[in-house]
Amino acid sequence: MEETNSVTAGALAEERFFAGMPEPHRAALAAIAVVVAAPAGHRFFEEGDQAQRFWLLRSGKVALDLQVPGRGAVVVETLPASSMLGWSWLFPPHRWRFGAVAAAPVTAFRFDGRGVRELCAADLRLGHDLLLRFGAVMLDRLEATRVRMLDLYAHPEELR
Amino acid sequence: MTPATAHGPMAPVPYRVTDRHAETADTVTLALEPVEAAVPEPVPGQFTMMYVFGIGEAPISVSRVGPFRAVRGSRPARGRGPVLEQTVRAVGAVTRAVCGTRPGRVVGLRGPFGTGWGLDEARGCDLVLAAGGIGLAPLRPVVLRALSDRSAFGRISVLIGARTPDDLLFTSELDTWRAKGAQVEVTVDRPTPGWAGHVGLITALAGSVEVDPARAAAFICGPEVMMRLTAEALIGLGMCPADIRLSLERNMHCGLGWCGHCQLGPLLLCRDGPVLPYERAVPLMTVREL
Repeated sequence: MEETNSVTAGALAEERFFAGMPEPHRAALAAIAVVVAAPAGHRFFEEGDQAQRFWLLRSGKVALDLQVPGRGAVVVETLPASSMLGWSWLFPPHRWRFGAVAAAPVTAFRFDGRGVRELCAADLRLGHDLLLRFGAVMLDRLEATRVRMLDLYAHPEELR
Repeated sequence: MTPATAHGPMAPVPYRVTDRHAETADTVTLALEPVEAAVPEPVPGQFTMMYVFGIGEAPISVSRVGPFRAVRGSRPARGRGPVLEQTVRAVGAVTRAVCGTRPGRVVGLRGPFGTGWGLDEARGCDLVLAAGGIGLAPLRPVVLRALSDRSAFGRISVLIGARTPDDLLFTSELDTWRAKGAQVEVTVDRPTPGWAGHVGLITALAGSVEVDPARAAAFICGPEVMMRLTAEALIGLGMCPADIRLSLERNMHCGLGWCGHCQLGPLLLCRDGPVLPYERAVPLMTVREL
């Protein structure tokens, strides 16, 4: 993965995830973020590995996968541009629950998870704000997963 | 408006099937040309009642209206009307019979019925077209018309959701749509080996849509839950609910608002729909057992 340069608070302001976040909070987060680029096929993390980073995808696509015996790495969801990749860094035991691989060339802001946890511990307002933002991401993904379980496009006869 | 035909709006107009294309294992597109008189030209979003003689009638989406295209040596019926392409999924006795209809056979059409998408009202706007499953069929005429009049619209985004890659419709056209300037994003619920596209709910694609929410129109067609959530995702991007339209489906029967089979609250969807403004559709969609 190629690291190109550092991130500014202004650059974060352009991302929907950070919309409305106070400038000092964005500046603190930007200080521990870098711009990265990854080719298609680059593996961001493996299930079970230590989770100490997260990424805000600016372009490209990342596939979340799970190793299934006999089937290999099964993709459970893809994340398009503007998506947040990774939240296991936030919760003990800080290990990835799924794997992630670039399904297309990716550019992203990469954040140091341990550094962000320390920022949140030192500034509870930032911690609260960030937790709500990640909570909204989780809510969307949970809702999408539940709706996919409804199998909305199934043939009517299969649902009888 | 009641479609005018020589024998009244309940009399089916004979159309000959000139081509049959199996889109998926259970979905077929038929090309139809008039045997004699033609039905009035449908606008994007309208449907016809298609009669398989001896079996019955079903509402079928119009998926293309256009000039005759020679297929396997077929010849036009003396230019009496544009060719209609209609795409149908086999879910019951009539639609199974429609899907099984072979070139050369004659079916009956009534219509076209219902409201259209109102594409002309969206001129000058970015277009977001979101389709789930068979919902791409009634949106295909919008895509084709907008791409043929490209300068009349801003950015055109087509979001497509399907159960599996094998359930995708019009796959041979998607690259053409992209080449003509549309952003086409496809996602499936269940990938198959070799699938390199998106996996997940169609709402996840909304975030990657290139659109000016203050100057955009969205047309959505698919299962009702999918439509509601997609509309909410677009509203989350800043789109105005008044700029979003959905296509609802109920038991269309007469097509004329006479029989009441397609009643949804105060609406008769064959006449007042199927395309409705979001703000009118959603309160009805969320009423149980309506």
